[in-house]
Amino acid sequence: MTDITATPMLPKRVRFDSEEMVARVKRRYRSERLFKSLGGAALLLTAVFVVTVLLDIIYKGLPAFTQHHLVLDVPVRADVIDPKGTKNPEDLRSADYFALMRDALATAVPGIEGRVEKKRLNGILSSGAGNELRDRVLADPSIIGTTVKVPLLLSDDSDIYLKGKQTRVTEIPARGTAVPSATKGEITITSSGTEFADDVAVLKKAIVNRIAELKSRLTIVETRDPQAAEATSLKDEIAALEAHSSQPASAETLDSKMPSLLVAINGGLVKLSSISDSSATGTALLPLQSTNEAAPGKWSVVTYDKPESNRKTGDLEAAVLEKLRADGKVENKFNTIFFTHGDSRDAELAGILGSLVGSVLMLIVTIALALPFGVLAAVYLEEFAPKNKFTNLIEININNLAAVPSIVFGLLGLAVFLNFFGLPRSAPLVGGLVLALLVLPTIIIAARASMRAVPPSIKEAALGVGASHQQAIFHHVLPLATPGIMTGTIIGMAHALGETAPLLMIGMLAFIVDVPQGFTDPATALPAQIYIWSDLPEQAFEAKTAAAIMVLLGVLLLMNGLAIWLRSKFERRW
Amino acid sequence: MVYPFFAALTLLTGIAYAVGQRRAVSVADGRLADLHSLPIYHALFTAIGVFVPMLAIFVIGTPLVSWMAHSAALAQFDPSVQADPLRSGVILRDVASISRGQFAGNASPELAQAAKDYAATLATGGWAVFLLAIAAGVAALAASFGVIKVPFRARKHVERFALIVLGACAVVAILTTVGIVFSVAFETYRFFFDPSLSGKPTIGSFLFGLEWNPQAAMRADQGTISTAYGFVPLLVGSLLITFIAICVAGPLGLFSAIYLAEYATPRVRSIAKPILEILAGIPTVVLGFFAALTVAPLIRGLGEAYGLNVASESALAAGLVMGMMIIPFISSLSDDVINAVPQSMRDGSYALGATKSETIRQVLLPAALPGIVSAFMLAISRAIGETMIVVMAAGLAANLTLNPLDAVTTITVQIKTILVGDQEFDSAKTLAAFALGFVLFFVTLMLNYIALRIVRKYREQYD
Repeated sequence: MTDITATPMLPKRVRFDSEEMVARVKRRYRSERLFKSLGGAALLLTAVFVVTVLLDIIYKGLPAFTQHHLVLDVPVRADVIDPKGTKNPEDLRSADYFALMRDALATAVPGIEGRVEKKRLNGILSSGAGNELRDRVLADPSIIGTTVKVPLLLSDDSDIYLKGKQTRVTEIPARGTAVPSATKGEITITSSGTEFADDVAVLKKAIVNRIAELKSRLTIVETRDPQAAEATSLKDEIAALEAHSSQPASAETLDSKMPSLLVAINGGLVKLSSISDSSATGTALLPLQSTNEAAPGKWSVVTYDKPESNRKTGDLEAAVLEKLRADGKVENKFNTIFFTHGDSRDAELAGILGSLVGSVLMLIVTIALALPFGVLAAVYLEEFAPKNKFTNLIEININNLAAVPSIVFGLLGLAVFLNFFGLPRSAPLVGGLVLALLVLPTIIIAARASMRAVPPSIKEAALGVGASHQQAIFHHVLPLATPGIMTGTIIGMAHALGETAPLLMIGMLAFIVDVPQGFTDPATALPAQIYIWSDLPEQAFEAKTAAAIMVLLGVLLLMNGLAIWLRSKFERRW
Repeated sequence: MVYPFFAALTLLTGIAYAVGQRRAVSVADGRLADLHSLPIYHALFTAIGVFVPMLAIFVIGTPLVSWMAHSAALAQFDPSVQADPLRSGVILRDVASISRGQFAGNASPELAQAAKDYAATLATGGWAVFLLAIAAGVAALAASFGVIKVPFRARKHVERFALIVLGACAVVAILTTVGIVFSVAFETYRFFFDPSLSGKPTIGSFLFGLEWNPQAAMRADQGTISTAYGFVPLLVGSLLITFIAICVAGPLGLFSAIYLAEYATPRVRSIAKPILEILAGIPTVVLGFFAALTVAPLIRGLGEAYGLNVASESALAAGLVMGMMIIPFISSLSDDVINAVPQSMRDGSYALGATKSETIRQVLLPAALPGIVSAFMLAISRAIGETMIVVMAAGLAANLTLNPLDAVTTITVQIKTILVGDQEFDSAKTLAAFALGFVLFFVTLMLNYIALRIVRKYREQYD
């Protein structure tokens, strides 16, 4: 049909093999590839984000699943915990077990003297260090008077230190022979080698830098006002520093803003306060056994990279922990406290049991309310509702409710359940009520969809053999829709479990130590607990928060897995 | 009286069920087929007949008794106390704690007498309600005994009752909305118009005020900070974070949806879909933790590396993570609408020689546009109403700024901040939270309504 080429629609004959057209096709294909790769990139980026979130949480949370303990032989002295010798459980419960732990620790780390030092030593233990022993004594009072091996809970800072999150510790064996001047107190160590030369060089360099810095500052100050007081003080400082650095063998002082330098020698540990190329002076953190000469390789220079002032664990605590670890007395065990305790102000004693129970109680209320109401409402709307304005209103309503921000449901709970009906604050009952209202639309929508998926022939057959409408629905359609309803309900429950905002409104943000026993006890919920912990400044709570998130995500994964399993097992395609 | 009542209720209902069934069988006299309704319907009829009046008496009687007890307690005091809701409330609380035996301190003789009267009324009334309910149950049982006959249409009655129950369940959804609207609107009304409230703003100064500071200076040394309820900084903060979120989620979600709908092989789909579902299922408190502890420091560090001054609670961090949160929302809705475009339109476009991307851009997207726009509206409404991410990652100070590196606060953050902790319902500060909630509810409702209208109006135009 050659006429067509002559029609006005194609005024010019297009040569598709022309250079112009080939380029055009190429361009179109290029844009096609670009478009496709943009789509792929968007998907990939989303996946990367999901993986990043999960890995970040796991990386942060995994350490919290273990907890360091000291395993020490503790003499269970009757004069401390049971002075009257009654073995009355009430007295035993309230006895001072921490005193026993303190003594056991002092035995394990001998030679720590001075009030402050002793206090710091005891500070490596948790305030709940004696709980394990208390439980054992209560379970078996006959161990009073014997010596038992018990794990002592360490404080959160010690635990973090032992998990290697605070400072890098490097230990360099020395090449020279060293002689310490004393076994405790102020000690000077003289070495035949030049162990400290590198560190001295670093310090000297720092001084040179400081001088240069001060000089440039001085020039600025002087150009502005040569007589300024600042200029004079700068000059003095520079002169002092220069005088200091001009002496070749001068000793350099260390302070808490620099990495800590220590010497491990003769079974003790000396924290250095000033060093020169071949000798160093400092105080003993752990006392030395003797002032004997230490051969090369028998003593070493230890560096804690992070300056002491930037750490939660001071040099003394770190030294004690390192010694205990070297003695094999530190044990890293699965953190059972995390799963068996309620909240606590001490990170090492805080657990998620209370909030987990709170969440479970809440979900029980939620499912007990939302499931019957949701399913019955769905049955009504799907099968029995007359098609009129009112039912239309209900339908629009349900769709709208599903999109109302969850915090508004919290406002409803606060104004209606707490303020109007006077229900108790922080109670799982109220939380469950609010969450039930929140997931009601989800369940109604899911139940309607799964009822609609049951073929009408089944209902019609039932009607045909004489069943009433309700009999047809309740005996035939609803049982067949059950797997779908269950799936929708579980997904709704998973949604409810992760919901936080409405719970904050009804007071489930409180600090609650006890595990709730009933529906009206004050409680918190797992996501609320996560929020509470994430707000706390202690470093250990960050790991706890991430660990609690891991538990929450694990439960959610289980619930969703169950939903998928139910769907694949019971869903029937018609 | 609660536990014995429910025990009696369960017992009597169970008895009624058994009796009804027996009675139906016995009146049929061996010929069950003659009965109009199955024996189970007679049983249900009897059980319902007992259950409903008993429950009704309890539900109506209990508040009545407690009201009577309250007036009996207050009768001890002179009328001026009874007229003052505050003082009578205190007295009633004391009376209640005395009768529970938890009262600390010495009760005045008046109070002790009031407590005695209160307890006596409560006990008498409770017994009266209990016995009345049981009497009603037994009477209903006896009456239904005579009603059950062979031609009695028990099923009709049971089904009518069932229908009422079903309808009532559906009405719960309406009641929830009504509850939300009334609770929020009532407190909002008080916020603006309650004459006894001090420091309340006018509607104009609320809607157009540029300063938000619900916390007035408590002590002299805190300076002269006066309360201000200007809503604009919160709105701007919410919209800024939402805008960042949409800038992230819009392209990512839409391109993901296009890729999944048009390009992805079944294998890619089977991997990508669950990932999006996981993202949709991550609780927002988890994303908030990620935003506050990982993304915010990262952005701050990056900003400092480029010499920018980034607030540690920058809007950018919250917005980015919130954008990630709504990606699955946009992508799944857009995926659905793109899939809903008829295949014939794609085929037509291919037949004209268009490439896949040209088909998508020039045919599918215009056809799916109403659905995509409504998906975006729903995503915006979700982002504005989102609480936990902004509570954890955005700031508290109401800065009126459009700089994404500054800290801003949002409507939801302020609601949470005001309402967490103890609050009394007669301060402007608490009621301000409800006013914000009202605005939030209204804005999201509008967005949803518009989204719905867009879909309704332009849907199926291409079928």
